[in-house]
Amino acid sequence: MELSEPVGEAVGRSLPRVDGVAKVTGRARYLDDVDAAGAWHGVTVRSTVAHADLDALELDPAFDWSQVVVVTAADIAAGGGKNLVALLEDDQPALVPVGGRIRHVDEAVALVAAPTRALAFAAAAAVRQRVTPRPAVLSIDDALAAVTVLHGADNVFKRFMIRKGHGDDAGLDAAFAAAARVVEGEYHTGAQEQMYIEPQAMLAWWDGATARVTGSMQCPFYVHKAMKALLGCEADGVVVSQTVTGGGFGGKEEYPSVIAAHAVLLARKAGRPVKILYDRDEDIAATTKRHPARVRHRLALDARGTPLAMDIDVVMDGGAYVTLSPVVLSRGVLHAAGPYKCPVVRIVGRVMATNHPPHGAFRGFGAPQTTFAYERQIDEAARMCGVDPLVYRRRHALRSGDTTATDQELTWSVGSDAVLDAVERVAGPPPVRDGTAAGGAALRRGRGLAFYFHGAGFTGSGEQRLAGRVTVALVADRDDGFRIEVRSSSTDIGQGAITTFTQIAAAAFGVDGSRVTVVDPSTEKVPDSGPTVASRTCMVVGALVERATRALRGRVDAAGGDPAALVAGGELVEHAQYEPPPGIHFDDATYTGAAYPVFGWAACLVDVAVDLDTGEVAIERCVHAVDVGKAINPVVVRGQIEGGTVQALGWALIEKIVYRDGKVANASMTNCIVPTFADTPELETLLVEVPYPYGPHGAKGVGEIPMDGPAAAVANAVGDALGCRFDAIPIAPEDVLAARPRWRLA
Amino acid sequence: VSEELVLEVNGEARTLVVSPWRRLLDVLREDLRLTGTKEGCGEGECGACTVLLDGQPVNSCLVAAGQCAGRAVVTVEGLARKDGGAEILHAVQRALIDHGGAQCGICTPGIAVCAAHCIDAGLVAGSDARGRVRELLAGNICRCTGYQLIVEAVVAAAGAK
Repeated sequence: MELSEPVGEAVGRSLPRVDGVAKVTGRARYLDDVDAAGAWHGVTVRSTVAHADLDALELDPAFDWSQVVVVTAADIAAGGGKNLVALLEDDQPALVPVGGRIRHVDEAVALVAAPTRALAFAAAAAVRQRVTPRPAVLSIDDALAAVTVLHGADNVFKRFMIRKGHGDDAGLDAAFAAAARVVEGEYHTGAQEQMYIEPQAMLAWWDGATARVTGSMQCPFYVHKAMKALLGCEADGVVVSQTVTGGGFGGKEEYPSVIAAHAVLLARKAGRPVKILYDRDEDIAATTKRHPARVRHRLALDARGTPLAMDIDVVMDGGAYVTLSPVVLSRGVLHAAGPYKCPVVRIVGRVMATNHPPHGAFRGFGAPQTTFAYERQIDEAARMCGVDPLVYRRRHALRSGDTTATDQELTWSVGSDAVLDAVERVAGPPPVRDGTAAGGAALRRGRGLAFYFHGAGFTGSGEQRLAGRVTVALVADRDDGFRIEVRSSSTDIGQGAITTFTQIAAAAFGVDGSRVTVVDPSTEKVPDSGPTVASRTCMVVGALVERATRALRGRVDAAGGDPAALVAGGELVEHAQYEPPPGIHFDDATYTGAAYPVFGWAACLVDVAVDLDTGEVAIERCVHAVDVGKAINPVVVRGQIEGGTVQALGWALIEKIVYRDGKVANASMTNCIVPTFADTPELETLLVEVPYPYGPHGAKGVGEIPMDGPAAAVANAVGDALGCRFDAIPIAPEDVLAARPRWRLA
Repeated sequence: VSEELVLEVNGEARTLVVSPWRRLLDVLREDLRLTGTKEGCGEGECGACTVLLDGQPVNSCLVAAGQCAGRAVVTVEGLARKDGGAEILHAVQRALIDHGGAQCGICTPGIAVCAAHCIDAGLVAGSDARGRVRELLAGNICRCTGYQLIVEAVVAAAGAK
């Protein structure tokens, strides 16, 4: 057959999802749909106090234990492994040992498995815990006060400092002393549940000496690493594979290592497969959420309103264990000064140990918290200076040649003007101020804007350290002569990775997408291309797919151009490994340099109507312009942007986690709510393409940026409507009504 | 205590021996191996388990098997029709694919079932078809799409019929 030019018609078109038919017919197999004959059901016995010594575990003698397997921490050492969930630090046990410390409510203290789920639940209820409670740390303020010390000397899990344009605090003070005015604010953002619609689920069994784990996850090699430590085995002692995954959003980044550990321990002791499915209430109560944060922000302006200096203090609640908190904080502080020119910047970040269940990865990964703060500040600055919010942002936005807070000079793919222009073109006049709701209540309308950037790929030298790899193979096919097989550990969790990779490989080889197969990730079949996180799958891994596929095409061309003939003797493979773009260096010691190889850029405009009787805020309009470099599949990219936008709108208005004595008090979908069809406005999504020279066809990360800014746009809009500040989210109706004394409706 | 249960599922008469107290969701998934119907919350909030019971959308996690005696159930597996050997997807299934209305796919069966019902019953009509879709599907939660592409798919499928 004739191969076409390897530039590819497959790219830039909205081809239907590769997995579309399977999903609309219900044939796609998620973990609970997998036929696991003979599998027992695993259930977790959880702590009921936030901080305590676990003195004893007792099995109720009245209960019939003959058909139940019980696992405790003692089984881990007996199996030759270590009782930990290996990630950044080794501080989190897979199970709290007797004699050890319970550090949060709903922590795993024991496991049971039984032939039926009902029996397993009954058995779990018959495991008694004897504990000696200790004082608990349940807020950022208590953690900072360090009256009760959970970690180190001061409860600080991790601290960062960034200084730009000054040597020490006296230099910062001097910059502020020169200010004509200073904008100050303290901003609070709450915990947020990922609320993937498929709860966490994992199946494990033992195949001789090899442990096999399969389930719902973003990062098979994270689970693989954790199982090696837990079991004390080599790389070939455990195989981890992903089943079709019903959403992740970060919630299935690190947590699946916990549930995998539990399933594999139960399967070993039971001598049969064990499946663990979390109920929704258990999932909300026990798994990770977005870090609650408090950001204090001071912005010094000269007489004309130009930023002179920023002083930013970021504190996050890390929860009971380190998990990914240092990396979340890192991304938070690296984005805290925003996409604005400012010669002097100090950013201090701390993430604190508390007795909340660990907070962890969630789309945006620290950046939404700090973005909320700086975009509120910039709005206040514009208001204070009497300048239109869009004009103010445009005047001070970073452009090519400018430097970020870490002194990173922006050299390519800077979409600041492009996204602001895109929003301005469609913005139209502001909404009519006053109106009447259907029920007769008075409405007050306002408009809000936000402008932000998001570093794509791992922070700093992360991609170099990881050195992700991809394999692309030319394989024989009985019917069609040959196929292209893409092998990577990057998972499709709904974001369209399989479809995107198919299009990139098809374009690079010069064939139709139907000839490309993206293999299901399993650690025994694919190289480690890194985790499915950090807006890196299309941009970083997709670039590797493109490079390997082009090399494969080159070999075919050199051998006469007939792939089917070439592959008759066996498969041909090409590997590609990450290399940083030229000039990208970051200094981890000083936190200076190129924090990210490139940034995505976005602007969001929101119009709201506030019901002055009920305090309810309705979003009447939401325009979101996002610079994605290049949309490999525009519909897939729109789906990413719109999904992230609505998660951000939910975080701004209705999504709230209520902790009571360290326990999630609203652990059900009835009262831990997320936006529905009816809560969501028509979305006006504008794709902007300012290409990134080192991304596939110019593409850069898009997964997280839509989460960063809409919440600030909402708060700015509500503030515009009511004439007063809203500096904490969510902005629930009761918050709007409580602010009534501050309303300025003139 | 198990009892005989006679019902129609996707056009076929089925006789089962089950406890009448079991959830319809479990009977479909476990006894009939119709795993297209998903459980997202188990309390009637997310709509992932939506099926049609005598033509009306219900959360199958809130319906007891005994309530289904003599009644007709349609699941996502029953939306497409067979034409000879070929599978002809329901217009809304086709539209969900073409418009990008399915991402992770876990809510998709419930949305497809509910939307197919709304389209077939002529409920997606009028000058504000999009607003109507948002009301009709408000019982089905999707965390991936932000709903816009689903709304566009359903409106397009309704027009295509």
